[in-house]
This record gives sequence, C-alpha cells and structure tokens, in this order.
Amino acid sequence: MADHKRIDDVTGTATSGHEWDGIEELDTPMPRWWLWSLYATIVWGIVYVILYPAWPMIHGATEGVLGWSSRGQLEQEMQADAQRRAPVMNAIAATAIADLPAKPALMQAAVQGGAAAFRVHCVQCHGAGGAGVKKLYPSLTDDDWLWGGDLSTIEYTITHGIRNPDHAATRTSQMPAFGRDGILEPAQIADVVSHVRVISHQEKPSASSARGAVLFEANCAVCHGPAGDGGREVGAPKLTDAIWLYGGDRASITATVTQPRNGVMPRWGARLDPVTIKMLAAYVYSLGGGEKAPAPAPAAATAEGRGADGQP
Amino acid sequence: MASPEDLTGEHGSLYAARKGVYPKKVDGPFRRFKWAIMAVTLAIYYGTPWIRWDRGPHAPDQAVLVDLANRRFYMFQIEIWPHEFYYVAGLLIMAGIGLFLVTSAVGRAWCGYACPQTVWTDLFQYVDRLIDGDRNAQIRLANGPWTAEKIAKRTVKYAIYLTVAFWTGGAWIMYFADAPTLTHDFWAGQAAPVAYVTVAVLTATTFVLGGFLREQVCIYMCPWPRIQTAMMDEKSLLVTYKDWRGEPRGSVKKAEKNPGAFGDCVDCNQCVAVCPTGIDIREGPQIGCITCALCIDACDSVMAQVGRPRGLIDYCTLDDAATEKAGGIAPPIRKTLFRPRTLIYFGLWGAIGLAMLFTLGQRTRLDLAVQHERSPLYVQLSDGAIRNNYTLKLRNMELRPRDVEVTLSGLPGARLWTEDGARETAGQSLRMPLAPDSVTSAKLFVVAPGAGPARQDFTIAVRALDDDPRGDRETIQFDRPGTEP
Repeated sequence: MADHKRIDDVTGTATSGHEWDGIEELDTPMPRWWLWSLYATIVWGIVYVILYPAWPMIHGATEGVLGWSSRGQLEQEMQADAQRRAPVMNAIAATAIADLPAKPALMQAAVQGGAAAFRVHCVQCHGAGGAGVKKLYPSLTDDDWLWGGDLSTIEYTITHGIRNPDHAATRTSQMPAFGRDGILEPAQIADVVSHVRVISHQEKPSASSARGAVLFEANCAVCHGPAGDGGREVGAPKLTDAIWLYGGDRASITATVTQPRNGVMPRWGARLDPVTIKMLAAYVYSLGGGEKAPAPAPAAATAEGRGADGQP
Repeated sequence: MASPEDLTGEHGSLYAARKGVYPKKVDGPFRRFKWAIMAVTLAIYYGTPWIRWDRGPHAPDQAVLVDLANRRFYMFQIEIWPHEFYYVAGLLIMAGIGLFLVTSAVGRAWCGYACPQTVWTDLFQYVDRLIDGDRNAQIRLANGPWTAEKIAKRTVKYAIYLTVAFWTGGAWIMYFADAPTLTHDFWAGQAAPVAYVTVAVLTATTFVLGGFLREQVCIYMCPWPRIQTAMMDEKSLLVTYKDWRGEPRGSVKKAEKNPGAFGDCVDCNQCVAVCPTGIDIREGPQIGCITCALCIDACDSVMAQVGRPRGLIDYCTLDDAATEKAGGIAPPIRKTLFRPRTLIYFGLWGAIGLAMLFTLGQRTRLDLAVQHERSPLYVQLSDGAIRNNYTLKLRNMELRPRDVEVTLSGLPGARLWTEDGARETAGQSLRMPLAPDSVTSAKLFVVAPGAGPARQDFTIAVRALDDDPRGDRETIQFDRPGTEP
C-alpha cells in the first residue's frame, strides 16, 4: 500500500496512510492506560493458566495448582445441598408416613422430593405426572387403585413391588390364563365378557351375559367379588367402573381373560432408601387419587410393620 | 506499512500518556449551580436508603428498597412485583427519552452537571485543591521530587479518595437491604459475601475512575458523547467561544497600543485553566467538552475585570452563532428551547409518565393465574366423570391478609377442590385465606361429567371477601377424552 502518511491540519494528528476514495484514517494514539489494561489482562491470563485447568494435553488437560474441576465443584454443591436438606430428610425419616398429612410443611417437602425422584425412577412406565400408559401401565392420578391408595399402602407397594418372584413380601396374585390354558372354551369366554360388560354398564343383559354370570360366579368371583367390585388384597381390579387398564371393549376384555398380563413392578425397597420411597408415596398420593387411611386404627397397621397388606 | 519510525517521534507514538489536568478554582453562577447539583445528587445517593417509610407489619419500612431476595421493589408507597417489571422498563424508557429531551434542548447538560462520573470527578478535584492547593501548586507538586511533604500530601489525598470511594460503594448496597441492619452486619462481618464484593468493586471503580481516569472515561470509554452528537442539532445549546468577537486575541496592553486591531479575547488562558477535562474551548466544539460551563464563569469574571461585556464564551446554538457572526442578534434562549422537536420529546416523556401513574393507580392487588396440567391432560374417574388438574396461583399484593373466594363458572355440573379438600364435599366455589404480600399456590382439581365437548372453555374467578371486591378472572380449557392426537 502506498504510504501517504501526513499530519492532519485540523487535529494535528498523523494519518495512518490509508486512503479510500479520499477518506483518510487518523492514527490517533491509544491512551497509555489502555496498554496497561492489556498488560493486566495478560498477567491475569498467566495467573489463570497456573491456577486453573488450561492447556489441553493428550489425556485431559493441565490441572492447575488450585485443583479445581467442574466435577469437583458439582460434588461440593451436591454435598452442600444434601446438608441443607438434611434436617427435612431426617424429619421425614422420623415421621410415620400416615402422620405426614398432619404436618403440611413436611408433606409439601415430601411431595416435592417425590416429584423429583418420580421423574428419575418412575416416568419410564407410569409417564410424566403419573398419567400412565394406555393398555400398559396404570394411571396413578385417578381414583381407582388395584392395591389401595392410602399413604401406607402406596408406600408398601413401592417398597415391595408387584409380582417379584424372589421376594416373599411382594404384592402378588396370578389371574389364570383361562383361554390359553383351556380352562374355559372360547364361547364361555365370550359369555363371561358379555357379563363383565353388563356389570360395567356397557351392554344390555342378554342370554350370553346370563350364561356368563354363572361362569363368573364359579371362576372369577373369588378374586373380583360376586358383584365384580374387585379385591384389593389380591390386586383384583374393580370391573364395574369406567376405568380399564387393559381396555374395556369386547376384544380387549377377551384378550385379558384369554391371557392376562399380570403386570409387574420392581420392588424399590431394594434400590432406593426409605426416605425417597416415603416421598414417592407422598407424591403419588398427592396426584389426585390419594385415599384417606382406612378407619380401623391405622396406627395399629403401621405398628405391625406397615400394614399386612393392601386392605381396602 | 509500519516501520520503526512509527514508534518514535511526536506523531509516531502508538500510545499517548494522559496529560495532567489541574483545574483552577473558579466562582460564578454556573459553578454555584454545579455545587448545588452536586449537593443534591450526592445527598440523594447517600441519603435515600436511610429514609424510613411505614408500611405496616408485613413489609420493610425502608422508603426505597430493591429487595432481590424476596423479589420486591419498594419506592415510597409504590410496591412493584416481578411481573410488574414493565414499570421499571417504563422508567428506563423515560430516562432514555429524558436524555434525548435534555440533549436536544440544552446539549450535553447531563455530562456537564448530573453524570456520576462528572459529579465524583468534581468532588475529587475539590479534594485535590483542598490538599494540594490550587492549580499552580498542584502542578508544582506533580512535577516536583518526592519530598516528605509530597509523600504526606499524597498519602492524605489518597486516603480521602479511598474514604469517599468506600462510602460510595457502601451506600450502593444499602439500596438492596435494610440499611441500619446491613450497616451493623457489614461491620460485624455478618453480611453476605456479595455485599463485601460489591463494596470492594465499587470502591475500586470509584477510586480509579474518579481519582485518576476522570476525563479519560468521557473521551475514551463512554458511548454517550458519541451518541449525543447524533441527538444534537443546530438549535441545541453548546458552550461556544464566540471567535467572531474574540479573534484575533491580544492582551489588554497590546489592544491599548493598537485600538481596533484585536478582538475581545485577552488570551489569559483562564478558560483552559479551569476546564475539568483540560481542553481549550477556543478550538471549537469537541468531544472533550462536557459543557460544564466553568469556562463561561472564568471568562465572564475576566471580562468584568477588563471592562468588556460578558459572554465571550457562552451557551449558544449553532444557528445563533451563525446569526451573530453575520451581525444579527440571536433570539433569546427560551425561543430555541420550545420547538417541535423538544416539545414532542417532552410530550412523549410526559405521556409515558402519566400513563404509568394512571395504571399504578388502577392496578388490582389481587390476581390469579391458572395453568392447565398437561400430563395428564384429563383423568378418567371410576364413575365416568372426568377430572382436570390445574395449578392455581393467587397473588395477594396487599400488605394485609385476605380471605378470598375462588369460583368456577361456565362448566355445567362441575365442582372444584384443592389438595386440602375432597371431591365429596366440593362445590362450585371454595374459600382460601391468603397471607399478606405473597403468592399462594395450590393444586386445583376440577371434575365434570364425562359427557360433553372434548374441549371446553370455562372461567375461574377470584374475589376478595372484604371491603374491596375487585378481583381477577381467567378463561381456561377443560379437556375430555378425544382431545389427544
């Protein structure tokens, strides 16, 4: 580039010598404090490189004399938070679950903690917010419970799981595969399905349902009850309501009677600490379907090792 | 291209050291006006957090408080909640338009009188004169060797700088917490770490920017002088050296020898000596001129001494300068102040202010927000009814506890209850106590018959059960099976 350096008349400042279509650029000197600021940033940079992880190496990076790492910081923060939460967690641990609702602040903390744990451990099957998955996993927000919906019962169910083969205390029951194992003929199954659809107000009584009623009495009533009201001791669903886990239409009920699902849930007592389970129970209870503890002395039930089973 | 010569010589240096500025003491109407503004602005800054304002037992009694922890902003009888932040935005817009207004009318008056950088620089320059003496003494001391006297004076001066700077930083944090409590905690070592860090940072910036960088901030760091250039026009007031009257310059003696050959400027350099940014106003308008008008005071007193009319350096618009240069008489300043541009700015500024005051007077201090739970959108209940879940937020922005009623309408057969209630006892409305100055959040359950449209709008309203029946309502959806894709 041609050198056209000159002193500008108006400002008395040198030009940079660059010129574009007659427009020139003043070469105004920078203030010296700016240079010092630049040196200061360089010094800062050097100090930083010495103190903190900086240079990339083949495996990792230089560590810095402070030994700081983002992972270490996270650990510290988690520890600090655990410490912060410790009083609440201890209080929850010391409170019997049936007594939680009487302590609103503690209950709220438990619900919030449970919501967080639910998002980690439970949403995979039960869905966000406990909405359930149609024909696969039950909704936890409705007013229909297979094993019972009061706090102690929910806690027991979560702790011991459902149909864990190697665990004595687990919730368990086995609906026979009436069709697959040939207990009932297909025509008989059709009759039973007719009866079930009549008691759930989906069909009008017919000859088929009348035959089905007899078969129901003989094969189903032992668990589902003579009126089809279900039985929570064995997790037998109520058949007279509007809620159908595996579908309430003819084909779905036929499929269930032919080969039942007998759904399972892990026993979370083997994986989670009791406080987390207590909080999960409180959260599930809070979703809208929570039931009051049954009248006959809930204190006695908890004293006997948290309820013998899921009483209605 | 760069060559070794570039780095040497007067015009080749890449970096220029700051030239010392030692403004001389001056007196006059503008100087006194500037003292008054300094007194008022500093009093406001240091004093405001200490004003008490009784709001009753449910709110702090500090008149101006930015309560970040509880997310409230108090200003006398006004309380701003986070969702009302648009009032703060409105204030900022007013501040912006106010700057436009001031700049288009009276030029860089903000820079010259009210800018914190100017006020604190002025204060520190006063300290300079107090310790080191006036301009000449200051220059002698600055250029002289490090004698015991110089060391003592510098020590005392920097100690005062630091005290002022510390006080400045300390006053800032008082706006964010109860001032007496925070002062006690601060000295007892119990204040939050952020308080100490803030004070340290503001002490450092005040010390460096006010004590040392001074006019460098205006010339190199601040964007506002450059923006103002675009805001000003030929009718904006500028501090102007009337060269048509002053040139050619000559001393009184020279003028006596040669009557008629010289202008009014006696070349006494007083305008340069008093300038806080160290410029020569006689070179014309420039970025370094903050229009503090101290040179007007200096020049006027010299003109009085030599018996010439005042106003050789004066506030003057570019239009007036052209008129006077051509021999005419400039119109009075009030005529240039009131023109469409300034009136429009003022109108806008005033309208925003009035609108904000109006809405502040009209706002209800009880409102609700309802959010429909998305997962699940609806819940099938065993008796065939459908339940929807909502998150209900009730804001009681008054400083007293209130009982309210939440009512549902537009959804036939519907009932509502919260976690504390039960479906069996639920009705069309429910009552809740609200704590003063707080948000009450509740899970709201609404159940309605299963038969009905897949998606239906209904209304949830809240009203207070006391002397002020104003409330709030929100229309929201109720979903039934069949709405999912």
